[in-house]
Amino acid sequence: MSDFRMPSLGADMEKGTVVEWLKKPGEKIARGDVVAVVETQKGAFEVEIFEDGVLSEILVPVGTEVPVGAVLARIESGEAKPLAKPAPPAPRPAVAPSPTPPPRPSLPSAGERLRLSPAAARRAAELHVDPHSVTGSGQGGAITLADIEAAVARAGRTTGEKGRRGFDPSAMRQAIASAMARSKREIPHYYLSLPIDMSRALQWLAAENARRDVENRLLAGVLLLKATALALKDVPELNGFWIEGGPRLSTGIHVGWAISLRGGGLMAPAIHDADGKSIDQLMAALRDLVVRARTARLRGSEMTDPTVTVTSLGERGAERVYGVIYPPQLAIVGFGAVRPAPAIVDGAVAARPTVYATVSGDHRASDGVSGSRLLAAIDSRLQAPEAL
Amino acid sequence: MSAARRKTTYREAVRDAIREAMLRDPRVFLMGEDVGRYGGCYAVSKGLLQEFGEERIRDTPLSESGFVGAGIGAALNGMRPIVEVMSVNFSLLALDQIVNNAATIPHMSGGQFAVPLVIRMATGSGRQLAAQHSHSLEGWYAHIPGLKVLAPATLEDARGMLWSALEDPNPVLIFEHVQLYNMEGELDAAAGAVPISGAAIRRPGRDLSIVTYGGSLSKCLAAATALAGEGIEAEVIDLRSLRPLDDATIMASVARTRRVLIVDEGWRSGGISAEISARIVEQAFYELDAPPARLCGVEVPIPYPKHLEDASVPQAESIRAAARALVRPT
Repeated sequence: MSDFRMPSLGADMEKGTVVEWLKKPGEKIARGDVVAVVETQKGAFEVEIFEDGVLSEILVPVGTEVPVGAVLARIESGEAKPLAKPAPPAPRPAVAPSPTPPPRPSLPSAGERLRLSPAAARRAAELHVDPHSVTGSGQGGAITLADIEAAVARAGRTTGEKGRRGFDPSAMRQAIASAMARSKREIPHYYLSLPIDMSRALQWLAAENARRDVENRLLAGVLLLKATALALKDVPELNGFWIEGGPRLSTGIHVGWAISLRGGGLMAPAIHDADGKSIDQLMAALRDLVVRARTARLRGSEMTDPTVTVTSLGERGAERVYGVIYPPQLAIVGFGAVRPAPAIVDGAVAARPTVYATVSGDHRASDGVSGSRLLAAIDSRLQAPEAL
Repeated sequence: MSAARRKTTYREAVRDAIREAMLRDPRVFLMGEDVGRYGGCYAVSKGLLQEFGEERIRDTPLSESGFVGAGIGAALNGMRPIVEVMSVNFSLLALDQIVNNAATIPHMSGGQFAVPLVIRMATGSGRQLAAQHSHSLEGWYAHIPGLKVLAPATLEDARGMLWSALEDPNPVLIFEHVQLYNMEGELDAAAGAVPISGAAIRRPGRDLSIVTYGGSLSKCLAAATALAGEGIEAEVIDLRSLRPLDDATIMASVARTRRVLIVDEGWRSGGISAEISARIVEQAFYELDAPPARLCGVEVPIPYPKHLEDASVPQAESIRAAARALVRPT
């Protein structure tokens, strides 16, 4: 028997609401199955299970908001393993609160602290209310005693009312605010940039696309993605997490690809093992990811797994982007728009399509020389596009 | 007991208290600047020289250190002196006598010598006496172990605290706010001594506690009446004694209302309100639903012009606004 818990789908997630159970009690489940849909500040995500067994009991009904780590269901494992892997796969973001049973209010995370009056805190504990689910009406939005009591009074009526799927732009703004504020507060960023001549890459791309049908054409972004993933193999100290006061490097290179949402907001779900995927596989993964991000069909693991983030502004974007690292990652790589720019070629000035590659690195984990090597490695990979 | 009530003023209540003490105990005498022929700078002792004579109503030279020291000596030798210092600002000239002698001698003598001295002082602003006569320094004295510090804010306390203070073996300072002397009201004809320890709840309420004393009490009560019209029920606590502070009454009130506003005409930095706030946080933290709030005097020497003087200390309207902000933050 093991517990299936509310996963942490990012450094900024404190709680989630089960909006759909896709498996019924008694049903067999296999590792990788999507078991439930969970709504967070960033929208709805499909949550997978990481073991084989039988779903024996659902503890949290649809529409209930619970803190990260709360037990959602119990799994009867096939061979009665003592302890199955919990839902949030390693590496787990440092801020995720330790698992707590649902009735106990969870502690505020190291990021944004809850403003909760002492009297309200005590009453919340008495009434088993999670103060994270309560909106404050006190000074500076502090949660007061009356807010806790009102939440309890309301809970009787409205549990189950929140069974909608989608996302709330203001909640996502809050989530981004929380993660970015934490990043700028905790992570000493260094910033580097390098202009990269894109002539060869674009020529190769044009030739490649000329022989493809429209549906299978490649975008320049996929070359940037692959070049970055390969470059990270040469500079592994930028790939991984800063956890509990030290770097934890990752062997897998799971690139979080920044996708802006039409309703406002931003996500950076993972493209797993991007260095090992072919250009075609990456292009398919990118298309799939963008569609699913915009229809709120991402998987939980896609939110937790990125080991690095890449943000590409596309063709109409700014010249350079110096990204803010998504904690607890170690770096973010940025690409501006590809534009013709003067370059010195064979001692003469020539107009060349140029992209500015940037890296923002966590100076606790690495130094500028690493970032510099990464940019140089991206450059050299882009000069040999046929090898990507 | 007669239930008859008679009209009186705070000034008359203090005078009646002095008369009663003089009549009850031949060891009692009054000493200070202009307390005799002039009748006291606030006319508190008017008529007492004629009634009790120069032996017991003694005009002194303009030397606070000298006559406060003489009062300490008299108390040590078995008398029950009432020393009047015109204004708390002037008492700074007698700080050495009060802090280094009166407050310490009972301790340094291992309890062999008592100093049953009462010092009355006028305090506070509101009478356009400018920055050298208008400050509220009672909070300073509340810092000193060995002293008791009283702030009668009602007719009953003006009438009743003096006798109890004289009965106390320790030096007791009584602060009379200058704006209270003309306060009129009815007092029980049989009114007499009252206890000098313990705060009093002057108005019960459920939404916040307003902790205050002395000249600010009537302003707080006026604010509470106005707040009731908005549906906010303020509990008003009159500290009565600034040293010792009645922690139990304050904490019990805060535990009921969970919000507290401390109103003090003295300056905020390092003031008595800071001490009260700290004690509330230490003793009643888990009862609080909002941070303790303070409304204090503006940190300037009290100005002379009336409109600036009024603006420099808490008034009923600013108390009302601060209470509202605490209960209904926007």
